[in-house]
Amino acid sequence: MRWLLLIILLILIPSFAVAEEARPLAENPQVEARLKTLAVELRCLVCQNQTLADSNAPLAEDLRREVREMIAKDMSDREIIDFLVARYGDFVLYRPPLKTTTTLLWVGPFLLLGAGAAGLVIALRRRQKKLGDTTMTLSEAEHKRVAQLLSEGVNRP
Amino acid sequence: MIPEIGHYALILALCVAVVQGIVPIYGAAVGDSALMSVAKPAARGQFLLVLLAFCCLGYAFAVKDFSVLYVAATSNSQLPLHYRLAAIWGAHEGSLLLWVFILTIWMVAVSFFSTHLPEAMRARILGVMGLVSVGFLLFMLTVSNPFERLIPAAFDGRDLNPLLQDPGMVIHPPMLYMGYVGFSVAFAFAIAALLGGTLDAAWARWSRPWTTVAWCFMTVGVAMGSGWAYYELGWGGWWFWDPVENASFMPWLAGTALIHSLAVTDKRGGFKAWSVLLAIMAFSLSLLGTFLVRSGVLTSVHAFATDPKRGLFILVFLAVVIGGSLILYAWRVPRVGLGGGFSMLSREGMLLANNVLLVAALGSVLLGTLYPLFLDALDLGKISVGPPYFDTVFVPLMTPAIFLMGIGPLAQWKKASLPELAVRLRWAFGVSVVTAITLPFILGQWTPLISLGLLLAIWILTTAAVDLRERLTHTDGSSLMGRLAALPRAYWGMALAHCGVALFIVGVTMVKGFEVEQDVRMNVGETATVGGYTFRFDGTEQYRGPNYIAARGTIHVSQGGRDVTVMYPEKRRYFVQNQTMTEAAISPGLLRDLYVSLGEPLENGAWSVRLYHKPFVDWIWGGCLVMALGGVLAISDRRYRLAWRRKVSDVPASTQMARQTVS
Amino acid sequence: MSRFLLPLGIFIVVVGFLAVGLTLNPRELPSPLVGKAAPDFSLPQLHDPTKVISSNDLKGKVWLLNFWASWCGGCKDEHPVLNHLAQSGEVPIYGMDYKDQRNEALAWLKEWGNPYSVVAVDEPGRVGINYGVYGVPETYVIDKQGIIRYKQIGPLREDILQEKILPLVRELQSQ
Repeated sequence: MRWLLLIILLILIPSFAVAEEARPLAENPQVEARLKTLAVELRCLVCQNQTLADSNAPLAEDLRREVREMIAKDMSDREIIDFLVARYGDFVLYRPPLKTTTTLLWVGPFLLLGAGAAGLVIALRRRQKKLGDTTMTLSEAEHKRVAQLLSEGVNRP
Repeated sequence: MIPEIGHYALILALCVAVVQGIVPIYGAAVGDSALMSVAKPAARGQFLLVLLAFCCLGYAFAVKDFSVLYVAATSNSQLPLHYRLAAIWGAHEGSLLLWVFILTIWMVAVSFFSTHLPEAMRARILGVMGLVSVGFLLFMLTVSNPFERLIPAAFDGRDLNPLLQDPGMVIHPPMLYMGYVGFSVAFAFAIAALLGGTLDAAWARWSRPWTTVAWCFMTVGVAMGSGWAYYELGWGGWWFWDPVENASFMPWLAGTALIHSLAVTDKRGGFKAWSVLLAIMAFSLSLLGTFLVRSGVLTSVHAFATDPKRGLFILVFLAVVIGGSLILYAWRVPRVGLGGGFSMLSREGMLLANNVLLVAALGSVLLGTLYPLFLDALDLGKISVGPPYFDTVFVPLMTPAIFLMGIGPLAQWKKASLPELAVRLRWAFGVSVVTAITLPFILGQWTPLISLGLLLAIWILTTAAVDLRERLTHTDGSSLMGRLAALPRAYWGMALAHCGVALFIVGVTMVKGFEVEQDVRMNVGETATVGGYTFRFDGTEQYRGPNYIAARGTIHVSQGGRDVTVMYPEKRRYFVQNQTMTEAAISPGLLRDLYVSLGEPLENGAWSVRLYHKPFVDWIWGGCLVMALGGVLAISDRRYRLAWRRKVSDVPASTQMARQTVS
Repeated sequence: MSRFLLPLGIFIVVVGFLAVGLTLNPRELPSPLVGKAAPDFSLPQLHDPTKVISSNDLKGKVWLLNFWASWCGGCKDEHPVLNHLAQSGEVPIYGMDYKDQRNEALAWLKEWGNPYSVVAVDEPGRVGINYGVYGVPETYVIDKQGIIRYKQIGPLREDILQEKILPLVRELQSQ
């Protein structure tokens, strides 16, 4: 009897030595990967500013489930986004769509840059002109005084 | 009794602040030395009073006095002492007290380290800071009193939010507030200069060290916030462009622009008006941040509990302080003369181009943060502006600024020669481009963004090396060490701070480009391999903390058969608020972080686990720390140490004449 | 002189917006479905799961659709208003039991009263998503053609009922 047990143990030992590889949590990793790229740009509507990917709220889980099903149905990213926007509005998108109302938002930074650059160039030109008008020339005596002051340095108490 | 003493101390502090705000400024306007000398004792007195109030609140927390409403709302009998004390600034009222306390600390610092300033200037600076203090004290005493009583006293407190029960809570807010409030000093300098009518290079020279110190604290504060979010929130994110995060980032951007523009004003006397405006802007953004966090106008995970009455008070305060400053600015600044001239292609020109880019970036962040509010106020719908927008807009604006970071330090003042610069920089440029294009392939993945990030980082490092080599050849000295030591600390500070930026960019690029994540279900004994490391799940056990109970997992990590570390991620349930929290386990390393967080328990002791391999992620915060270190080095430069020791009376009368405005 | 006033000008505009912002609620999400067709649904009834209630059955009359749940605190707050409205009989109220358990929902209605003509069961919450529901309670006013005319986010209050909803209902009923 003991021999039988020993033989069984010896057969089973190799299976203990090789650790099991953990399975991915998701049923379908490709769908999950696509869900992640989408969910990172979608807003959890009931949270204080979190993405759909990060939130644990019940509504977020429901919405992730919906998106997963839409991906499985082979809907395109555009279609999935349109589905959500039709129901919840543009609020659900973290990347604001380009519309008339958001033109200023998307163009603004580059307008600011342009305005700033223009401002800088204009200010420099104006200053060059002003300084050009009032360049001072020193007399011979003043030149000598300057040289004297410079050579004394700032060692005086 | 003690809370009442604290309350009374605040009332007294308000009285002192009113005196400090009005008397010295009036004294400076009429030239009355006795009135001006009120500033220093007033500042120090205010510090002592607010310190007393702060200690009283701390005492109430320490002894678990739940008859104080604020203590009952943010503390609990089971909360460990260090978190009870950190809870002083855990919610709105207490954090305001921290704000004022830090303001008084800065006031005292100014009162001690300003002996080289003319009396009128010092009087005005402390006066302006006193006026700011009046606003905050009044705010606290009217609608946000931390000493309000709860009668009858609560049996036990509502506990500090579990997310805040962390060492980060002890350090991050004080650091951040030191930065926010520190910009009030630069602001006070600017207003004092406008009030006095003397706006010259000397003002810039005096203002620079204060601005740099505030900037250092701000850098550390923002970096800590990011680092804390990284390990606390459980999914390894470190920046979300959340409104409150932006509220701390915008003053930092303004502060960075300010330290660069002050360099021009100091060295060449140019662009004084712009530096003054930036100083006003930096502090205004600090105040705006205070408003955004507490008014409920924007949605954020970091926002305090909101109340429109409080929001209104801060808004009015904001309008008065900033509106008043800008009116003063528009009135006084046109009389300010110009400094020396310079061409667009010169070090001044590049520093100012840096300013334009930083301010454009700042404006974009502000635009993105407030845009949903704009549209909602105009009834044009509700939108969200999140990381996709900010990432798209911020990177193109910052990239040219970083290129300039390499060229600027090498360019001559007043007028630089483009061909000459090109020759000096061609080696650095070549190395940067070649490495940036080839390195990603070696590392395993090439994308344009990874290449760009590496290009910028290597560009900064190579140009810094070129700059160092050139300076060494121009420095007298026999040995290399001697010549290195002869270089001024201001230079080392700049070089170090710029290299810090390079490290930061490396961290961001590598993490975003090469991070690996896996979501697995792990039974006991199962393994998963991520980023070359093998993680083995050895089950969980129950663990009891002071005010929580946790399921603590054990994960053995090995690489190539060799054991690396054991990690203990936790899923905690805090008793009082009955909140579940994920405490991620992080194995930090110089070249990578391993990040593990528990998901949900599954059947048979299995858990869903999230595993990350994040290369170079600690370089993000390491880079920020190096930046701040650079700032510290710059302030310890010889000329400041000498200036502090020299008193105003030592400066001969004839040179005081030089501080007239050039008309 | 004028260009130095520019920062002040920009600041005044921003403060103006912030002041208006204090009166707004950034978390309230108005529905893009107002003015559009109410999404169709066909769901089992709460009191008799063998029977089905469908949105098509309700074409031709003006009705209120109220999303509620037994676990929802705000629903308790608004329930007296709904009960009162049901008694007046002015407009039928149909309930949508959102992500709830049947026996808990039945017990809740027994305790607090049942103002609903019929209660549909949306246990997985899919119909809720189709209607853009993000929290309960939410109430929709739907007209005879099945178009959504108004959405009330949060508990229904008596004053909103009298000032906004009932006048709208009367106008729609007369069409």
